[in-house]
Amino acid sequence: MTDRPETSGDGAVRFARRVLILLAHPALEKSRVNRRLMAAVRDLPGVTFHDLYQAYPNFHIRVEREQALLASHDVVIFQHPLFWYSTPALLKEWQDLVLQHGWAYGTDGTALRGKWWMHVLTAGGRRSAYRREGYNRYTVRELLVPLQQTANLCGMEFLPPFVVHGTLGMTPGQIEDHAAEYRVLVEAIRDGGVELGSLQNLDQVNDRDALGKRPRETGTDGVSNDAR
Amino acid sequence: MHAEGFFLQAFVYLSAAVVSVPVAKRLGLGSVLGYLLAGIAIGPFGLELIGEEGQDVMHFAEFGVVMMLFLIGLELEPGRLWRLRGPILGLGGLQVGITTLAIAGVALAVGQSWRVALAVGMILALSSTAMVLQTLAEKGLMKTDAGQSAFSVLLFQDIAVIPMLALLPLLAAPGDGAHHGADHAHGHGGHVPWVQTLPPWAETLAVLGAVALVVVGGRFLMRPAFRFIARTGMREIFTAAALLLVIGIALLMAQVGLSPALGTFLAGVVLANSEYRHELEGDVEPFKGLLLGLFFIAVGASVDFRLISESPGSVAAMVAGLVVLKLLVLVGLARVFRMGLDQTLLFAFALAQGGEFAFVLFSFATQNAIFGDEVAAPLIAAVAVSMALTPLLLVLAEKVLLPRVGTKESVARPADEISSDSHNDQRAIIAGFGRFGNIVGRLLRANGVKPTVLDNNSDRVDVLRKLGLEVFYGDATRLDLLHAAGAEEAKLMVVALESQEQNLELVETARKHFPHLTLLVRADDRFDAYRLLDEGVDHVYRETLDTSLAAGVDALCHLGFRRFQATRSANKFRCHDEETLRELAEMRHDRKQYMNHARERIRFLEETLQAEHHDPTERDAGWDVESLREDLGG
Repeated sequence: MTDRPETSGDGAVRFARRVLILLAHPALEKSRVNRRLMAAVRDLPGVTFHDLYQAYPNFHIRVEREQALLASHDVVIFQHPLFWYSTPALLKEWQDLVLQHGWAYGTDGTALRGKWWMHVLTAGGRRSAYRREGYNRYTVRELLVPLQQTANLCGMEFLPPFVVHGTLGMTPGQIEDHAAEYRVLVEAIRDGGVELGSLQNLDQVNDRDALGKRPRETGTDGVSNDAR
Repeated sequence: MHAEGFFLQAFVYLSAAVVSVPVAKRLGLGSVLGYLLAGIAIGPFGLELIGEEGQDVMHFAEFGVVMMLFLIGLELEPGRLWRLRGPILGLGGLQVGITTLAIAGVALAVGQSWRVALAVGMILALSSTAMVLQTLAEKGLMKTDAGQSAFSVLLFQDIAVIPMLALLPLLAAPGDGAHHGADHAHGHGGHVPWVQTLPPWAETLAVLGAVALVVVGGRFLMRPAFRFIARTGMREIFTAAALLLVIGIALLMAQVGLSPALGTFLAGVVLANSEYRHELEGDVEPFKGLLLGLFFIAVGASVDFRLISESPGSVAAMVAGLVVLKLLVLVGLARVFRMGLDQTLLFAFALAQGGEFAFVLFSFATQNAIFGDEVAAPLIAAVAVSMALTPLLLVLAEKVLLPRVGTKESVARPADEISSDSHNDQRAIIAGFGRFGNIVGRLLRANGVKPTVLDNNSDRVDVLRKLGLEVFYGDATRLDLLHAAGAEEAKLMVVALESQEQNLELVETARKHFPHLTLLVRADDRFDAYRLLDEGVDHVYRETLDTSLAAGVDALCHLGFRRFQATRSANKFRCHDEETLRELAEMRHDRKQYMNHARERIRFLEETLQAEHHDPTERDAGWDVESLREDLGG
């Protein structure tokens, strides 16, 4: 496991979108689902994978390096477990330090304009728990509102989350299915095989049937709509 | 033998080995076959450089087998030996029993008396410890199922030789038993054991006493003795002591009529837990290697080609019969003991030969008039040929049969769960267990990684072992010791010896012989660090850096700074300092003139401090509302 961001594959091959995945999991060695999700995407060519807890075990985030990474990608995926309806602590620290005034937001802060922001997260509770009548009372999408507004203030487009629900009692086979779906999703985003704007009104990206089973359905409208 | 003759002989043996072994290795045949070919080449049927004295050389060289078992014992802690009791007694017992009966059956069928048949059966049931273990170790197969099982069987056979020696005289044809026990050419010694002159009860007592002496002495006497010797710091005396120990035990065992190999094996097991294990291994290993080589050469030279050429058919039939019969029994047993198909084949082909004990036992049997030379001579030739065939058979099994079988491992299980045990396979070595190494070691142990620790301060080793830590005595800069400590399989090594000179020496050795090892090296200060970086070491740790920074943080706090800010500042300082260190390490060589150290240090300090003041990204701007206030407040 490396503590530097890694990009697989041939740098010369051009992809429609440059994807950056920031993984935040303080105890990956104990994780079942996030580790499999990670394994499904980290070797994808043209995708930069960055394991934050591996890079900054002392929370000493190197702001310049993180900003350079953001600047050189089009889509930022935050992969993490849902901790207290939010991100793990290091990812909050990352927001506080990296999304600087004058760089990410504010009058001169335009570095992130037009980029995409998306969460890929795991939650112990089933989806039925995340609704008005459930014990979590809010949908995951609703709980992510502070993050959505953060993206908004930075001029970024917020995509609905890809959520793996009910991780506690999941069988290895089910985990593999989710991991495969995640890989297809990231590939589609990278290759421009999905029109990102069309996803924005979904509750969860998982709801888009096309991603897992018919990835090429939206292939015709290609790269058209992703704001740049 | 006067000196010139000795040197001439040594010259012949050594050149044969030096020429043929590398060639055999190069051809992928292994060193054992190389030695055997060398023996055949210089033997009475080759260049005739050695003649009858080949037999004496073989007796002398059999001591290599004794040393090998000592080394095997050192690798085998009592606990592991105990766990192997099942395979040793079950697998070993059945192999010897069934093979004995099968061979005896064949002998009966060709018209021998039941006495002769049983004797031949017992003798041929044994396999060659030297040949098998050396070949398996060289191929790295000792840790496999097949390797462990083969080892268990061989160990049982070594033990079984003792009752066989007692039984054989009873098999003498009636009325011809005059020699009973008298000419007891036992084990590797070949002289009358002193205990045979005692009454039976005293004999038993003497045997038990000798074993107890080895166990108790090894446990309580050897360690203080080695500690005393180690403290002198004289390497050759330690080597002498190691040899003395092995030879002494061999003599003692011969005196009471036990196998010297078994005795030294026992001593090895007793010392397997001791801190001197790796040092002993390093010291005895080269002697063992040379003697075993000599032994294999002697086996090669002893193959009686005259006899074979006189009746090639019958010898070939005997060899083929012996090998096939043993193979069948071994395959059957391996299946009963549920070994995989590939392991079964390896195990069976490894053990399908006659052993060196057969030479001893055949001459013992003829002395006891169980049968005559007309029976023994062709069998001895057959055993020698079957031993010579062993490396070839294993090559056949490995290169031809195994690829067809394939491993029947379960198909790709969904990769998941890094089991917490998996860290235990990750071997690490810590060289130097002083103030630095011991903290590293304790942290590793606290996380379930058991590092192999080497230290050359015998007093410290003693204390640490009393505290229950597994620490080995020895000079880590020695290549043989690194081998013994498992540097080939280890993943990383922490280099934390007393002086930087030693550290640099070890780094050099390790990079040359074990390039796969990740090296984590202690440095006294920045100038040591430069030297290590020059050597190409990536992971360099200046001993005082982190402590000094901790003190700096506390100092800032006492001066009124918030602890969090002081700590972040120290973190930043650290990052900066590491970067500067690497830059300066390279720059150092560009400037042709040597700069004095003080000026370098000042320049560095200025650089860091100025960077701190002028570089805006150095501040934690994300927590700073200054710019936000300007932007909005305006």
